[in-house]
Amino acid sequence: MRAPLYEWGFFGDGASLLVALAVGVAFGWFLERGGMGNARKLAAQFYFRDLTVFKVLFTAVVTAMLGVFWLTRLGLLEPSLLYVPPTWVVPQLLGGLVFGVGFVMGGLCPGTSCVAISSGRRDGLAVLGGMLFGILLFGEAFPVLEGLYSATPVGTLTLPEVLRLPYEATVLLVTAMAVAGFVLAERLERGRGGPVGPGPDTPQGGT
Amino acid sequence: MTGAAAYRTVAPSLTRAGSPAEAGTDARRRAAALDGEAPAAYLNPYVAGVGLGLVLLAAFVVMGRGLGASGAFTSMVAAGVEAVAPEHARANGMFGHYLAAGPLWTDWLAWEILGVAAGGLLSALLAGRFRSAVERGPRVTDRARLLYAFGGGAVMGVGAKLARGCTSGQALTGGALLSAGSWLFIAGAFAAGYAAAPLFRRQWL
Repeated sequence: MRAPLYEWGFFGDGASLLVALAVGVAFGWFLERGGMGNARKLAAQFYFRDLTVFKVLFTAVVTAMLGVFWLTRLGLLEPSLLYVPPTWVVPQLLGGLVFGVGFVMGGLCPGTSCVAISSGRRDGLAVLGGMLFGILLFGEAFPVLEGLYSATPVGTLTLPEVLRLPYEATVLLVTAMAVAGFVLAERLERGRGGPVGPGPDTPQGGT
Repeated sequence: MTGAAAYRTVAPSLTRAGSPAEAGTDARRRAAALDGEAPAAYLNPYVAGVGLGLVLLAAFVVMGRGLGASGAFTSMVAAGVEAVAPEHARANGMFGHYLAAGPLWTDWLAWEILGVAAGGLLSALLAGRFRSAVERGPRVTDRARLLYAFGGGAVMGVGAKLARGCTSGQALTGGALLSAGSWLFIAGAFAAGYAAAPLFRRQWL
């Protein structure tokens, strides 16, 4: 039997919610372990003080990408059954730009705001409140925004198709770019006071 | 702030994680943290990244889908709007779509995000990092920071809806599956974050 297990009726919808809970616990655990529940640490990314966000995000992306690649190659995973988020060019680029401004302003993203809250950070609660408000606003304005939201649909489009490269070459390219990014990140961080720790101090203040 | 220097010395550094000598130090730090002395250092970012990547891979293997966060919050907002104005909510193109998927308690992402909060709590407690605080730079008040946080959250909520996902659903999940739209989202978010950073420098540094 090949993965994904759920798609083969291996277990039902009720059990899938328990899987969701377990996956979430592990997700939240590693986010907190990496310091991703700390807004000061996340925001320092954008001032080149602490590039942990970049390192954690791209290490995770590369790990999962290589995992999918090798499990597929070994015949253990049926990749056509994985849900690949489809592409809408303009709304996703624009949405990313808006999201980035909100990220550096709020200091947390949706998932990390949960970890911030559950580790006692009250600013996490404010980010979550703002996010619910933003989603409400977007939903209420949806009749007006629907045109933009649904603009430039191209369906499921992947990087190998865009770059006209074989899947294997794209995986290699993304891995190589991530590693080059990590080397650069280590260099940029050097001599900037070190990464933001979990303590209540405010390192790298002033300058 | 006399504690600042002491905390800086326990700040995590790249080279530390994993070596046997350091394991002892970590245990001591953890014990100290439980005594309320100092929180344990964060995990090496690459190790945390591999851990997150394996969690994402497990979600692919078991469920055929990845992680998410903003989707769970949209389901919650949709359920809230439905509770207040049922007909209005169901007639709305976005809320109606989420409501048609079924009640909130059957939403996969809602359970997942509940787990995220629980996992974060567990990890923070065990590391002595649970602390009631407002994370901010030294030049702003808590009140100002909370206003920025709310505003940033609202902007992010709009961006995540427009992009059909956030750092979890687009950057992590779509990124690992090499979705072109997800990589556009990543590029846009990082570019705008760096471009807007000078506007919010006072809040952080």
